[in-house]
Amino acid sequence: MMLIYVLCMILFAIGIYGIVVKKNLVKIIISFCILDYAVNLFFILIGYKKDGIAPIMMPGQDKAQFVAQTVDPLPQALVLTSIVIGLGITILMVAIAIRLYDKYGTFDVMKMRKLKG
Amino acid sequence: MQILPLFIAIPMGAAFVLAMLLKARHSVVDILANVVTAVLLALSITLIMTKGTITYEMGRWAPPLGIVLVLDGLTVLMLLIVNLIAFLATIFSISYMERFTAKAKFYSMFMLMLTGLNGVILTGDIFNMFVFLEIASIASYVLVAFGTEDEELEASFKYMVISSVGGLFILLSIALLYAMTGTLNMAHLSQIISSQKSGIGFLFTAALMITGFAIKAAIVPFHAWLPDAHPSAPSPVSAMLSGVFIKTLGIYAMMRVLVNVIGISILGRAWGIMLVLGAVSMVIGALLGLGQKDYKRLLAYSSVSQVGYIILAFGLGTPLGYLAALFHLTNHAVFKALMFFNAGAVEYATGTRDLEKMGGLSEKMPVTGITSVVGTLSISGVPPFNGFWSKLLIIIACIQAGRFSYAVIAILVSVLTLAYFLKVQRLAFFGKIKETLSNIKEVPVPMRVSLIVLAVLCLVIGLDAFRIVQGMDSSWLVRVLLNPAKEVLVNGTGYVSSILPK
Repeated sequence: MMLIYVLCMILFAIGIYGIVVKKNLVKIIISFCILDYAVNLFFILIGYKKDGIAPIMMPGQDKAQFVAQTVDPLPQALVLTSIVIGLGITILMVAIAIRLYDKYGTFDVMKMRKLKG
Repeated sequence: MQILPLFIAIPMGAAFVLAMLLKARHSVVDILANVVTAVLLALSITLIMTKGTITYEMGRWAPPLGIVLVLDGLTVLMLLIVNLIAFLATIFSISYMERFTAKAKFYSMFMLMLTGLNGVILTGDIFNMFVFLEIASIASYVLVAFGTEDEELEASFKYMVISSVGGLFILLSIALLYAMTGTLNMAHLSQIISSQKSGIGFLFTAALMITGFAIKAAIVPFHAWLPDAHPSAPSPVSAMLSGVFIKTLGIYAMMRVLVNVIGISILGRAWGIMLVLGAVSMVIGALLGLGQKDYKRLLAYSSVSQVGYIILAFGLGTPLGYLAALFHLTNHAVFKALMFFNAGAVEYATGTRDLEKMGGLSEKMPVTGITSVVGTLSISGVPPFNGFWSKLLIIIACIQAGRFSYAVIAILVSVLTLAYFLKVQRLAFFGKIKETLSNIKEVPVPMRVSLIVLAVLCLVIGLDAFRIVQGMDSSWLVRVLLNPAKEVLVNGTGYVSSILPK
């Protein structure tokens, strides 16, 4: 069970690495997406239970047993929101990357250096 | 209190209405945007006299399950600052934004940003805070890229990547908090955290939070985006970004989460990191500011430096430190907005931001010249203007807490600040006017109004603060706004009792 959290954090580290090291706008955007997924995955893992059931309570079900079996629905709701936010940011990034490509004819960050220090 | 949701609903509604008015005449759009911000300012003024903590349950779901909006002293102060600067920025935009074609789109994004800022201030739910934070941030990315020139797009992309990573750090720490406590309501969180023994997990969460908010506030190792992003935005937006945006998203949110929710006691000695971050920001921001030739870029570096002052005072953790931090936050919002408006007015009249191409502007633009002198004197801490008093309080707070070296740094940075702003005055406003600039004119009336109002505020706050000498409470500003705000921070995790029933 611990392994999956470790993998999730490795994904997070890969995202950070990509954003810091890569010089291509598209690769930076992809790294951002990986980072976003890592955080969302972590959120989902918090609420996850092995062999859990959907959090819909049927009439006559025992409350304590239901709580013990069901997965936590709240992280799933939160992740939906966070995915939408991530989508918005990604779209804006891609839109600006396209505009930058129009101006410079390249995606290479090193070749677009109007800004200093 | 029924008017609390209006702070979020009005600007958000206005954002969508404005987005539909793309074909409308500019005057219609101007009037609508200004009326909206004026109403918000009026509403926040009516809140000044409220006592104690007021909550509003969204959709009548009681906390801790539902989302609450919380109004306490700190919220009142922040709402007032944000909506005041927003109102003046929209007035300024009437003339300034004429040269851009898509005025309705501009106001629409501006309103969305205002929604996010008001939401972050009011909300009592930590995930809700993240959502509003991202609303404000996304709107600001668009506003930075608004001119769609090379530099602006580049700055916006850089800003967007760095700031979104900061947002993800905050989201990760919220996930960890939820995993450890099983709740998202800030008051309930605080209650559970204080009842738990082990603090290691919360320490790690707090570290992630500080990183995330430090990126949003542009504190020195994370400041790289600010000097690109703030100058690239249109001037009214720069004023909003530097004046209130980094303070609301960075400092206010950090204060709220660290002091009221997690509690400083858990952090223990690690809290000292705030002092170091603040001092480093002050020094590096000021040193980098010295070498700048671009008017707005210099102002952006000065923002990094001044935010350092606020973080330093906040990091002292004493009541006087909190008071000084909030006072400086208020003053910085006023004079930095004024200075960005000045830079905008100069750019509007001359078409350049390069200080070396200016000279003798005071002769042709008396209002801009005089108000920029007021701004300069305020930010460098010359009495009787407001900056003097807050810097004095910060220095006294440092000495009171026994941090003499930090007090010395604060004084030295203040001198550096005076040095680089005198450079601006000398290059841009004093001396002989350049041949190329001989036919410039003073800016139009709406822009002058914003400049004059802010300059008068600098002076009035400064004169009001003179009464501090007779005791803290004799100054109106301290008594009515700053003290209730300080109490919220001093109260720390006592925040809980005022929100959760029983």
